[in-house]
Amino acid sequence: MFMGYSLGELGSIFAMQAFAGLILFSVFVLMSLGLAIIFGQMGVINMAHGEFMILGAYMTYLTSQAFHAFAPGLYGIYFFVAMAVAFCASGALGMLVEWSMIRFLYKRPLDTLLATWGLSLIMQQAFRSIFGAREVGVELPDWMMGSLPITDTIEVQINGLFVMGLTTLIAIAVYLLMFRSRWGLQVRAVVLNRPMAGAVGIDTERVDRFTFGLGCGIAGIAGSAFTMIGSTGPTAGQLYIVDTFLVVVFGGAASLAGTIASAFTISQAQSTMEFFMSGSMAKVLTLLVVVCILMVRPEGLFVLKVRR
Amino acid sequence: MSSDDKRLGQGLSQMNLGRRQILKGLAAMPVASAFGASAFFPSSAFAQAPATSAINTTGLSVTDTEVTVGILHSVTGTMAISETGSVQAEKLAIDQINAAGGVLGRKIKYVQEDGASDWPTFAEKAKKLLVQDKCASVFGCWTSASRKAVLPVFEQYNGMLYYPTFYEGLEQSKNVIYTGQEATQQIIAGLNWVVQNRGAQSFYLLGSDYIWPRTSNKIARKHIENFLKLQVVGEEYFPLGHTQFNSAINKIKLKKPDVIYAIIVGGSNVAFYKQLKAAGIDLSKQTLLTISVTEDEILGIGGENIAGALACMKYFQSLDNPNNKAFVEAFKTAYGPNMVIGDVTQAAYLGPWLWKLTVEKAGSFDIDKVAAASPGVAFDKAPEGYVRIHENHHLWSKTRVGKARPDGQFDVLYETAELVEPDPFPKGYQ
Repeated sequence: MFMGYSLGELGSIFAMQAFAGLILFSVFVLMSLGLAIIFGQMGVINMAHGEFMILGAYMTYLTSQAFHAFAPGLYGIYFFVAMAVAFCASGALGMLVEWSMIRFLYKRPLDTLLATWGLSLIMQQAFRSIFGAREVGVELPDWMMGSLPITDTIEVQINGLFVMGLTTLIAIAVYLLMFRSRWGLQVRAVVLNRPMAGAVGIDTERVDRFTFGLGCGIAGIAGSAFTMIGSTGPTAGQLYIVDTFLVVVFGGAASLAGTIASAFTISQAQSTMEFFMSGSMAKVLTLLVVVCILMVRPEGLFVLKVRR
Repeated sequence: MSSDDKRLGQGLSQMNLGRRQILKGLAAMPVASAFGASAFFPSSAFAQAPATSAINTTGLSVTDTEVTVGILHSVTGTMAISETGSVQAEKLAIDQINAAGGVLGRKIKYVQEDGASDWPTFAEKAKKLLVQDKCASVFGCWTSASRKAVLPVFEQYNGMLYYPTFYEGLEQSKNVIYTGQEATQQIIAGLNWVVQNRGAQSFYLLGSDYIWPRTSNKIARKHIENFLKLQVVGEEYFPLGHTQFNSAINKIKLKKPDVIYAIIVGGSNVAFYKQLKAAGIDLSKQTLLTISVTEDEILGIGGENIAGALACMKYFQSLDNPNNKAFVEAFKTAYGPNMVIGDVTQAAYLGPWLWKLTVEKAGSFDIDKVAAASPGVAFDKAPEGYVRIHENHHLWSKTRVGKARPDGQFDVLYETAELVEPDPFPKGYQ
């Protein structure tokens, strides 16, 4: 397929393809970080993760409408406000859900699966009733659209750069929070030994609530960012959920580093294969490879050694 | 074209009167318009109605004053986004028919069932509408999968289905009237147009991975390679719900096709056009032809992301004819000023009207007589212009090419001079 192209053209195509892979990597990390925190630190499989993302997307939509109506002059920066709003809304709903539902189910992991799946259905129908069954169009400030021409043939998508920057920031923030803050210390203590953590005076219920809220809040930010590249509709969350679980399970459920490594592996594999074959075939092959590796290593790429 | 225009012109004066009355009626009773107008019209209008025993010999739900029909669409689940418009259009048509005196002196009463975006549910509900409610006809289904699921039910219990969506063809049934276009009607005119007007030489075919895009692209490829003698430089499919198109877009940049031919559906559509724009592909310079984006889809995609793309279908909301103006106005009066009307919504609107005209031509509600009377039934008040039912139960209709505007509407660039013949089993395209 490379016949008849000059070396320069091929070079720029490969450069753009590498960039496409990096964008996909950022997208995967962003969408799976929230799930990985909840799944890894609390053992709860949050089937409503996609819906928390879409809540963030709808918050972005509402914020953009509000800026349109009340502060059109500041429209260029509305997206940053929208992400904060999305984080707060999804995080607050997450904490509410944890308080009203999840905390009664910690000893029954399969029931959390069912309960959060039910929650996802409720949220979908709520979106449909509130915002309508049709997708809403989230308008972006002009500076976020289009691409930067690096050379004549290489162009870099601005929204891709934005997602990459955002992902890096959030990953660093999560790292600092988990491994460099007192609160992170408490979370890790609870994960390692809940009764002991409680015995030394850590309020484990509060830690659980904030962890769940943090995971959902990051999902909200992800949803907000994805209004740049995807659709915002009641069931759009379902589009991301499979890839999200794939990344988290493949990476080893309890490890954040594993999630990032797995996102990198899957995104590069998928993006490269998509270039050489049809999108459907690339997906099939990616899934096949992941299944094979999981057969050999059921725990995923990275394993956190925990004495239970 | 001219003969059609004349026919339109003749129908026009009577029609305007009728529409104005309907509008007044709708404005006066918003509740009735939402729940199906009934009981608001003096019974004298139904005075000359023929006896029920004469026009209903097979036990359908027809009384001296009422006839029951079914509406079967998804109003919950994934497909609700698409099917909502169809439901609204069908109800609007039923209300207008009732306001104009009903069918054979009977007011139409409808029973609505929810297919819930689940194909077995569609089959179950279809059976309920035919067996329990004894509907004289059913307006419904959207996806090909749901139609395939209900088809055996309609054939077994001898019902009548009016199906609104443009689809892949390769089907024909005594029990179905296809009010949308089949694939060759929609595809060939558009391809010919871009070749003649944009000098297109090479095509890149894209699609979501299921029966409609694959069959349509097969027809497109055959037409491009065998009839136009031009080149297809790539053909590619993505799983439903795919959201990452950067690799595909890089491939397109490498191949530099004259035309991107895209049949991507659902949420993927939004991702595809947003990423295309972000990647710096300017649709005012790069020709992109789609058959899967109507005004409905643009709501989600955002007009600014798809402006300049060409769509090929039979109806656009911006069509400039008196039928369509009245239709758009009635639709907005009934459902709100921000509503948009896509190709399928208009095709759904045709269903109840075609059924009414067919019943009146047959002089009976009996399914067999309606099916037999269908070929040749013409509807000259259709918003898309003039349509006629073909012997194969599809519609003769014009095909149009529209160019997307940033406000989410289309500028119509071209329409076929004549009605295009439906050909669900095209020779040379299999």
